[in-house]
Amino acid sequence: MIEVKGLRKDFEGLHVLNGIDYTINQGEKIVVIGPSGSGKSTFLRCLNLLEEPSGGQVWFDGVDITDPKNDIDKMRQKMGMVFQHFNLFPHMTVLDNITFAPVKLKLQTKDEARLNAMRLLKRIGLEDKAGEYPNKLSGGQKQRIAIVRALAMNPEVMLFDEPTSALDPEMVGEVLDLIRELAAEGMTMVIVTHEMGFAKEVATKVLFIDEGVIKEENTPKEFFEHPQNKRLQEFLSKVL
Amino acid sequence: MAFIDNFMAEFQKTFIRDDRYKVFLTGFKNTLLITVISLLVGLVGGILIAIVRYGYSQMKKRKPVTVSQKILHAVVCVVDKILALYVALMRGIPLVVQLLIMAFVVMAGFPNKIVVCCIAMGLNSAAYVSEVVRGGINSVDAGQMEAGRSLGVSSAMTIFYIILPQAFKAALPALCNEGIAVLKETSIVGYIAVVDLTRASDLVRSRTMSPMMPLFFIALVYFLCVIILSWGVSILERRLKQGDRG
Repeated sequence: MIEVKGLRKDFEGLHVLNGIDYTINQGEKIVVIGPSGSGKSTFLRCLNLLEEPSGGQVWFDGVDITDPKNDIDKMRQKMGMVFQHFNLFPHMTVLDNITFAPVKLKLQTKDEARLNAMRLLKRIGLEDKAGEYPNKLSGGQKQRIAIVRALAMNPEVMLFDEPTSALDPEMVGEVLDLIRELAAEGMTMVIVTHEMGFAKEVATKVLFIDEGVIKEENTPKEFFEHPQNKRLQEFLSKVL
Repeated sequence: MAFIDNFMAEFQKTFIRDDRYKVFLTGFKNTLLITVISLLVGLVGGILIAIVRYGYSQMKKRKPVTVSQKILHAVVCVVDKILALYVALMRGIPLVVQLLIMAFVVMAGFPNKIVVCCIAMGLNSAAYVSEVVRGGINSVDAGQMEAGRSLGVSSAMTIFYIILPQAFKAALPALCNEGIAVLKETSIVGYIAVVDLTRASDLVRSRTMSPMMPLFFIALVYFLCVIILSWGVSILERRLKQGDRG
């Protein structure tokens, strides 16, 4: 579904990604971990070209999205993204946040989008917040609405960029529960996180990115119980 | 009693005799007219300039690859440089000088001097407004653009629906200042013989030879206009507040 070939990213002379090759198949849940500054968020952001790769290719559904001839907006409509800081639109109500993209892109009529948004809000138990502005919500509620906003586009894959890192500890659970549900429904996802327990439980594969390359890739059980790479062993001994 | 008698006499001389209040009325009407039109020109022009310059700053981040992209890139780059020069000139030359240049060089012979004033002041205001709006745009979190783009919305639509409304709100106090500045700056249009409020007071003063009443009067009128303008903006600000981050 997503195929990454020789992905490189430089930031003004700094090599953040040094050639990453990886293939993500339909239904997989890929969890990416690594020390801060390792390039894991950059890797995720390159998948939908929020970060322009300096080299290499990203293929999505058989299309090279790094080729400027292809319409990146069309591809992004099928790739939902959830940010560390939610990035809800503060000047719009919760409902408008969710219906904005489907309506403006003419993918759904206003009524369809509304109905769909209310169904999604009901699912996360926040249908009574439809008319509120984001500033009235808790961090956990904001992030769940951000997830729902991405879901409203009916994406084929969801990208999560440290979805719980900006949350108060007591709100982490409600967000992880929702991601867990999506995983159980078969959504393909790529998750950058520091929640090791969650990674172990949800992932089909765990990647360890360090110094801009994938240092280790394995099933969660092997990854956490028998790490091969020395850097990974060090990393796990510090965080577990 | 002497004071009140004196005041009444002055009042009579300044406003009533020879229907002099009509001069003030004409002046006030022209002051308002020039202010409103200049502000509209400034607002529309300034927002357009800000959008083009912000668009270019976004464009710079992506290397142009195809031929059409390269052409567009080059064109916008040149336009951006021209706009930067424009803003520098408008801010670097006294408004009176700009007004005189417009009236006696660029639009020399144009019969309607009020139109000349509106164009000169509007073009000047556009430069200031563009910087204010640019500041507003830059104050909007970069994550807002990313959120819009990640949903597959084009950059133009994200700017229009997501960035600009928030930028406008952030820029509102500074825009209000610009409105106040334009209102007060219209007092220079007498230089090209347009009768505004200030010019009206000059005309009356030169007849009555008593400066205090006409000058204090127009000072009060300017002041009240500014108060009303700020009050209006504060209401608007309060209405836009509902979406603020808590």
